[in-house]
Amino acid sequence: MSKNSILIVLLILIIGGGTYYYLDKQKKDDVVKVGMITTLSGGGSGLGIDVRDGFLLAVKDYKNIQVVVKDDQRKPDIAVQLADKMIQSDKVDVLTGIIWSNLAMAVVPAAVNQDIVYLSPNAGPSALAGKGCHKNYFNVAWQNDNLHEAAGGYANSAGYKNTFILAPNYPAGKDALTGYKRFFKGNLAGELYTKLGQKDYAAEIAQIRASGADSIFFFLPGGMGIGFMKQYAQSGIDLPVVGPAFSFDQGILKAVGDAALGVKNTSQWSKDLDNEANKKFVSEFKSTYGRLPSLYASQGYDTGMLLLSALGNSSISDKDGFRNALKVADFSSTRGKFKFASNQHPIQDIYVREVIKEGDILTNKIVSIGLKDRSNAYVDACSLK
Amino acid sequence: MTISLFIEQILNGLQFGVMLFLMSAGLTLVFGVMGLINLAHGSFYMIGAFAAALFAELTGSFMIAMIASFVAALFAGALTELIIIRKIYKRDHLDQVLATFALILLFSEGIRWIFGAYPLYLDIPNSLSSSFNLPFEIIYSKYRMMIILVGIIIAIILYFLISKTLIGIRIKAGQNDREMIGALGVDVTKLYTIVFSLGAALAGLAGALIGAIQSVEVGMGEPVLILAFVVIVIGGIGSIKGAFVGALLVGITDTMGRFLLPSFFSYFFDNASATSIGSSIASMSIYILMATVLIFKPSGLYGGKND
Repeated sequence: MSKNSILIVLLILIIGGGTYYYLDKQKKDDVVKVGMITTLSGGGSGLGIDVRDGFLLAVKDYKNIQVVVKDDQRKPDIAVQLADKMIQSDKVDVLTGIIWSNLAMAVVPAAVNQDIVYLSPNAGPSALAGKGCHKNYFNVAWQNDNLHEAAGGYANSAGYKNTFILAPNYPAGKDALTGYKRFFKGNLAGELYTKLGQKDYAAEIAQIRASGADSIFFFLPGGMGIGFMKQYAQSGIDLPVVGPAFSFDQGILKAVGDAALGVKNTSQWSKDLDNEANKKFVSEFKSTYGRLPSLYASQGYDTGMLLLSALGNSSISDKDGFRNALKVADFSSTRGKFKFASNQHPIQDIYVREVIKEGDILTNKIVSIGLKDRSNAYVDACSLK
Repeated sequence: MTISLFIEQILNGLQFGVMLFLMSAGLTLVFGVMGLINLAHGSFYMIGAFAAALFAELTGSFMIAMIASFVAALFAGALTELIIIRKIYKRDHLDQVLATFALILLFSEGIRWIFGAYPLYLDIPNSLSSSFNLPFEIIYSKYRMMIILVGIIIAIILYFLISKTLIGIRIKAGQNDREMIGALGVDVTKLYTIVFSLGAALAGLAGALIGAIQSVEVGMGEPVLILAFVVIVIGGIGSIKGAFVGALLVGITDTMGRFLLPSFFSYFFDNASATSIGSSIASMSIYILMATVLIFKPSGLYGGKND
């Protein structure tokens, strides 16, 4: 081969490569990259899997949305590493997915300051709702206090006067008890923080028995609640139990068993909510994944729907326009009514549900509305308008 | 605070302690006899619980479920020893940590692949689901009482096995001088397989017993594994007696710490911060206990002794 022909080949390669790179870049500009950091392995993975499945169900027909899903193993340090990698090397536009408030506190403040939009499908720590609110942070689920506030309100209407309350010792646990106390008017027979991830509640149940309480409120998400409910049922104490939906959700009820029957719990969503978006979601989720959706799945789905609505009305390259489009929340939520308060957390109805049996399957049905159009307690502390 | 509440909490601590003993017995033998750091011990706890949940669902019998947990973990232990662990006895501790950590990932993801990510249902039999009325108006769960009894019975059996039988003598001898008993014609490899699988089986039984009152889920073994390591460090590595005493100490310290510290701090702070501070310090209590024991007995309570 002569010298010239080698040169020509090289030239073709350079030009061709350059063009390919250019075209490739063009194509990439239209693609929206979403980074999802969520818990997919170990304890609590059911929650992350549901959020992921709900989100992917919402965006599955949209080829221009590219989702990178990574497992945080419920460890804050791993979540931070994943976020750094997604922002720096995957160049994501939007982050989402985190389940646990302590992980959210580790990831979200740094990410939103790098001008990444974060859509929270679950965690809503109070620190990110008040002074720490940010124009790039949107919570699509709830502010952490919300469901517990409704539980406190329900306890008043049920006539409870002396409640024993307990939650794990981490940001969401503290938000939970604060939220409950904000609305509950009776006395506290006792107040306990347990270790996050604790499974055995013999010591706590003994104290409940000795406290003379007339009711119990607890927030113990995931496997913690399963252990508590089973051990509580065996203890022979017969006091009414109120809790947020997290310990009575579809994924968990099977493991709790009949111990959960009749328990009142508060939720912003329920499978039997009567609106078009929810019916479509429940039936599509069932046919795609072969199981009933949980509230986490509905939150993941709503997060996806919110993102789609914002992308339909704006472009990701125009950050201000994109944020405004998100804030309008022009999508049909599985919860029916949904809009953002000025600190970009939802204003929504919170329902009281009861655990019932449909045939052999334990599930929930709505019995009343706990709080109507509930915003959150931290709106005024947030500088966003 | 009443006497009955106090005694009930002691019983709770005892129950937690004997459960930890089942977990740490195997761990301490494997560490002491074979010099192997086995992080995958928690996986056998999980395997036992899942086997129990599966067989409880299939047969409806709690007894069969418990036997299944023991047998399943025994087999899983034997297989793991034959295929993998056997190859790493002579390696550095760091290599063992790495290899057994990989086993945790394999077991956890394998179980999740078979059973799914959501917790399984395993409940205690109806005959044990109620409570006793003891003197001093103490009400205590029959099931927890049964756990305490099972734990003590197994502790007694193990004590006789180690101190009175041939295999026990060999295990102790292996702890002291592994080349020598090999030279004396004891099949050391077989001995190791037996010890490893027995330890795994006990962990599996503990997982099933506890799974029935807590939750049967992937990753349930690792938190218990950490506590089991604390127990064997306190008790002295390789000592069954040490594991028993250490387990009870850890169980009672943890339970009483959780119970007493928040009320102690409520003398100084308002209720909300007292419970928060109290429970934070309560979760450190067993590590403080471990540090204190190590200051006075650097090789643990029964470490270095031959029992």
